[in-house]
Amino acid sequence: MNVRKRLLSPWAKPLLMLLLALPAVWLIYAAFNDLLGANPAEALIRQTGDWTLRGLCVVLAITPLREITGTPALLRFRRTLGVGTFIYACLHMLCYAWFDQGLALEDIWRDILKRPFIWLGFGALLAMLPLALTSFNAAIRWMGVKRWQTLHRLVYATAVLAVLHFFWMRAGKNDFTEVLVYAAVLGILLAWRVRSLIATR
Amino acid sequence: MLIRLSPDAASTDLPSDITPKHAYLNRRALLQHSLGLGLLTGMGVAWSQTGPSPTVVPGKLPALASKRSALENALAVDVPTAYTYASTYNNYYEFGTDKSEPARNAHTLKTKPWTLEIEGLVKKPMRLGLEEVMKLGAMEERIYRMRCVEGWSMVIPWIGFSLSTLVKHVDPLGSAKFIEFVTLADPKTMPNVGSRVLDWPYLEGLRMDEAMHPLTLLTFGMYGEILPNQNGAPIRLNVPWKYGFKNAKSIVKIRFTDKQPATAWNKAAANEYGFYSNVNPSVDHPRWSQATERRIGEDGLFNKKRKTLMFNGYEAQVASLYSGMDLGKNF
Repeated sequence: MNVRKRLLSPWAKPLLMLLLALPAVWLIYAAFNDLLGANPAEALIRQTGDWTLRGLCVVLAITPLREITGTPALLRFRRTLGVGTFIYACLHMLCYAWFDQGLALEDIWRDILKRPFIWLGFGALLAMLPLALTSFNAAIRWMGVKRWQTLHRLVYATAVLAVLHFFWMRAGKNDFTEVLVYAAVLGILLAWRVRSLIATR
Repeated sequence: MLIRLSPDAASTDLPSDITPKHAYLNRRALLQHSLGLGLLTGMGVAWSQTGPSPTVVPGKLPALASKRSALENALAVDVPTAYTYASTYNNYYEFGTDKSEPARNAHTLKTKPWTLEIEGLVKKPMRLGLEEVMKLGAMEERIYRMRCVEGWSMVIPWIGFSLSTLVKHVDPLGSAKFIEFVTLADPKTMPNVGSRVLDWPYLEGLRMDEAMHPLTLLTFGMYGEILPNQNGAPIRLNVPWKYGFKNAKSIVKIRFTDKQPATAWNKAAANEYGFYSNVNPSVDHPRWSQATERRIGEDGLFNKKRKTLMFNGYEAQVASLYSGMDLGKNF
């Protein structure tokens, strides 16, 4: 049985969901069992952020992969991956608001006035919200494929904002190695789209 | 308690005996119970405090005998941070900028032989081997709060003696107004020294009266043992009322000068890291608040961060050093 057939298996999607849940399950397990080191709050905030960035890379790799390898079946996983990424972004924000700020709105407000890089992260999350809300089949029918696709190009804005958010956060430590890795991956994936757009004209 | 019951340790009067073990274990249990009543019963208990207990003996490095310090406010009543945390969550950029990297990478640091050079405006410039330096004063154990500029804190039982002991030994000239601390920058053993994150070597500095303050500790050990490499072995500084980065690690040179020395973080971002860098909850870092801090290992996930104290709780001892100074300007 080849890979393409396996991708069409009814088990493929549940399996993907399971895979997507793994990092979160691990983080919760690690938090319960004191495996997150000296500063579990910081570890949870950072790792949910890392997983969000990774999710964005994977979700944006679907279209190029599909076209380059001629595997249209990959498309059925894109929305699942997108929703999964959105959930990690929400967890990231929740970890910040809860474990760093104790869910105190006044403290959060003071903090984001001080740390504008948080706005970029919030912006990236906001840009994902309409995509998550229209991620089910009926939404595509109601909106029509064209408009749905146009709306979902917002994911590019999310990718750019997310990388800038990470860059600005790391600027304090003057350490951009990891930021450059994500920027390069997302940059290549976006550049591929620009190129194919020019090619189809 | 914190320190193994080896014959020489047992004969010493240990500050870690101040809080009897059962007392702080009870305190812990109480904390766990109160959190257990919270939103998520199981989580509250599990996440509040399940970490390594501070009572665990490290038993990893050679013991360093010491006596309990008699100095005022040198023995914090706070619960000491677990050794595991204090030795795995470190800012030591020469070994990597991630706080888990120093513990992984610092095994390459060669602390023997070690020479400390003392130069500049002193009557007796000298080069001392580590053993000679360690003989200059009587080793004291002091429990200091350590507040990192990033907003977290620990409580660490250090071993060493007042820096003033060494300063008196080398007899500074009247013209000496500042002391510069030069730390090791060896690209062969320190993987991150090639990076452009900071200007190497890492430099720190103190005003002469700050250096002479008895609380300023020249440090050789922690938790009853010699310093682990990732904590700045074999000689580091501890100035408990200043942000942690002022505590130069793996010091190789102490230079007496008449000018305020350039310091590593000040050179990297002068608007963010001043020369003084005294802990001050009312003077924010330009990019974040300094009003609160997370106590590592003690403040669980669901605890609110605790309030940061003026001069990190050493106000009564050190505030007079800065009388008449605008601490907002001289941050």
